[in-house]
Amino acid sequence: MAVLKALFQRKLALLGLIVILAFVILALFAPWIAPYPFDEMHKDGLTDFGSPLPPSAKYWLGTDTLGRDLLSRLIFGAQATLIVAIIANTIAVAIGTLVGVTAGYLRGPGGSALMRFTDLMTAFPALLLAILLAAMFNPSLWIVVIVIAMVNWVQVARVTYTETISLSEREFITAERSLGAGAPRILFRHLLPHLVPTITVYATLGIATTSLTEATLSFLGIGVQPPTPSWGNMVNENQTYFEVAPWLVFFPSGCIALLALSFNLIGDALRDILDPTLRGRH
Amino acid sequence: MPGYVLRRLVQMLLTLIGVSVITFLITHALPADPARQIAGRTASAAQVEQVRHQFGLDLPLPQQYLRYATGLIEGDLGRSYVQRTDVSFLIASRLPATLLLMLGAIFCELLIGLTAGSVAAFRRNTAADQGVMIGALFFVSTPQFLVAYTLLYVFSNWLGWFPLSGYGTFSHLVLPSVALGLLGGGWYARMMRSSTIEVLRQDFVRTARAKGLSRTRIVLVHVLPNGLLPIIAMIGLDIGYFMSGIVVVESVFGWPGIGQLTWQAIQTIDIPIIMGVTLVAACAIVLGNLLADLVAPLIDPRIKLK
Repeated sequence: MAVLKALFQRKLALLGLIVILAFVILALFAPWIAPYPFDEMHKDGLTDFGSPLPPSAKYWLGTDTLGRDLLSRLIFGAQATLIVAIIANTIAVAIGTLVGVTAGYLRGPGGSALMRFTDLMTAFPALLLAILLAAMFNPSLWIVVIVIAMVNWVQVARVTYTETISLSEREFITAERSLGAGAPRILFRHLLPHLVPTITVYATLGIATTSLTEATLSFLGIGVQPPTPSWGNMVNENQTYFEVAPWLVFFPSGCIALLALSFNLIGDALRDILDPTLRGRH
Repeated sequence: MPGYVLRRLVQMLLTLIGVSVITFLITHALPADPARQIAGRTASAAQVEQVRHQFGLDLPLPQQYLRYATGLIEGDLGRSYVQRTDVSFLIASRLPATLLLMLGAIFCELLIGLTAGSVAAFRRNTAADQGVMIGALFFVSTPQFLVAYTLLYVFSNWLGWFPLSGYGTFSHLVLPSVALGLLGGGWYARMMRSSTIEVLRQDFVRTARAKGLSRTRIVLVHVLPNGLLPIIAMIGLDIGYFMSGIVVVESVFGWPGIGQLTWQAIQTIDIPIIMGVTLVAACAIVLGNLLADLVAPLIDPRIKLK
């Protein structure tokens, strides 16, 4: 609660929170909020020459290359974008925490093998690895979720590993151990609760990263597949009309930037609030 | 020093072996038919069978890996069935364009990032500082294609200062470099700001001030060189981010480098090319890290090689 209160006092973080809340509401209530169905090709949705319409009173943000209402597609697109970003990130954080805590708690050959594998993953450019993985399968929403989770867990693993190592040398863990507590009790009652602040920060910043990865994969054509709209694949579908109808590229990619920026603003603020060692240094 | 270099080289070799194992497992051990993927989506059943046999995909996995690794050592990255050419040849022919863009991009990144970051640090807690930090966070949070298309729209379509796309002259290089420079510059600005603030609170800066040195001298001789140290390590690490960025930026600007090759390979699901580019990029990252580690102690004598 104290954290939330501190978050509300920071204007930029509050702004980020409002933006995210707005996107979530749009995604949840898309069928009721959107003026048209996302896949309806309007008869009057194209000019006589067959090009998309610019923003007007009827189509607030204009129409796309197939004569569909761009605003409605953006509102429905929030669904796929948020689902992928949030679920992929949750899986990535879970994998990262599991690997980091296990390696930090076990130490020894098992722990160091896990961390060598984690280091190995940092040798890959995340996007290229995601492209390679995504290209091996017929793309679908859930493949995209898994692919993004597979490449984005590394940072969480490294951070939780370092934290677990330093925590397990603290007196209260030693005390608990000498009282005869088993591994599950130490892990769940003592280590994980202390890791919650760090995990919260990286989970928030991570959603920005996963939503950008989704956008790029969809932009490249191997992310969320049409007819399901996502902000990334809307740019992909419309980019050939960029010179005639630049709004078709700018509105969806602006939404992605706004979403990622909001999560980064909150993540940065959370880091300042939750990590007292950084206080006053930034 | 020689012992350290040797140990790092062995470490690098192990990492590269690991990298090859992971790419191999992704392309051969996942529940997707590699023969079908390598032959391409349009291949006939007979072609797929031919590929399966030719690549030894009917052999047991360890044997397949040995074949693949032997090929890698000989510089054989496989063959693109879609383009009917060796992958290593395709990558080598695209490398000069990408290296040129990399030079331009790193120049822009450093120019934008270091200037913005140090200005923010010196004007800490002012409107200028906040503006720079919000700007930096914006570029960190922006999809690469938004920056690329905005630059294209403003400076080519609208103002007509630069060509729409292509390669060959200096003016072709400007927009893609600036696009990558803005995207990467956000990270550098954040790094540069915190590292400069860290230096500003050191005792030697206070001493310099107490000695009555001019502000310019303190900044140029005492603060900036020390603030730059952590950035140098970052240039080595930056290669990974750069390799991801070029796929989008090169495809938007029609820059004929490795990024565009990857983009074309994605459109035709040309797995051998994507795999080859991933391997080459991983090698570049490992090499970049090694160089950063080797150069760091030469610049900062406080860092000792262990």
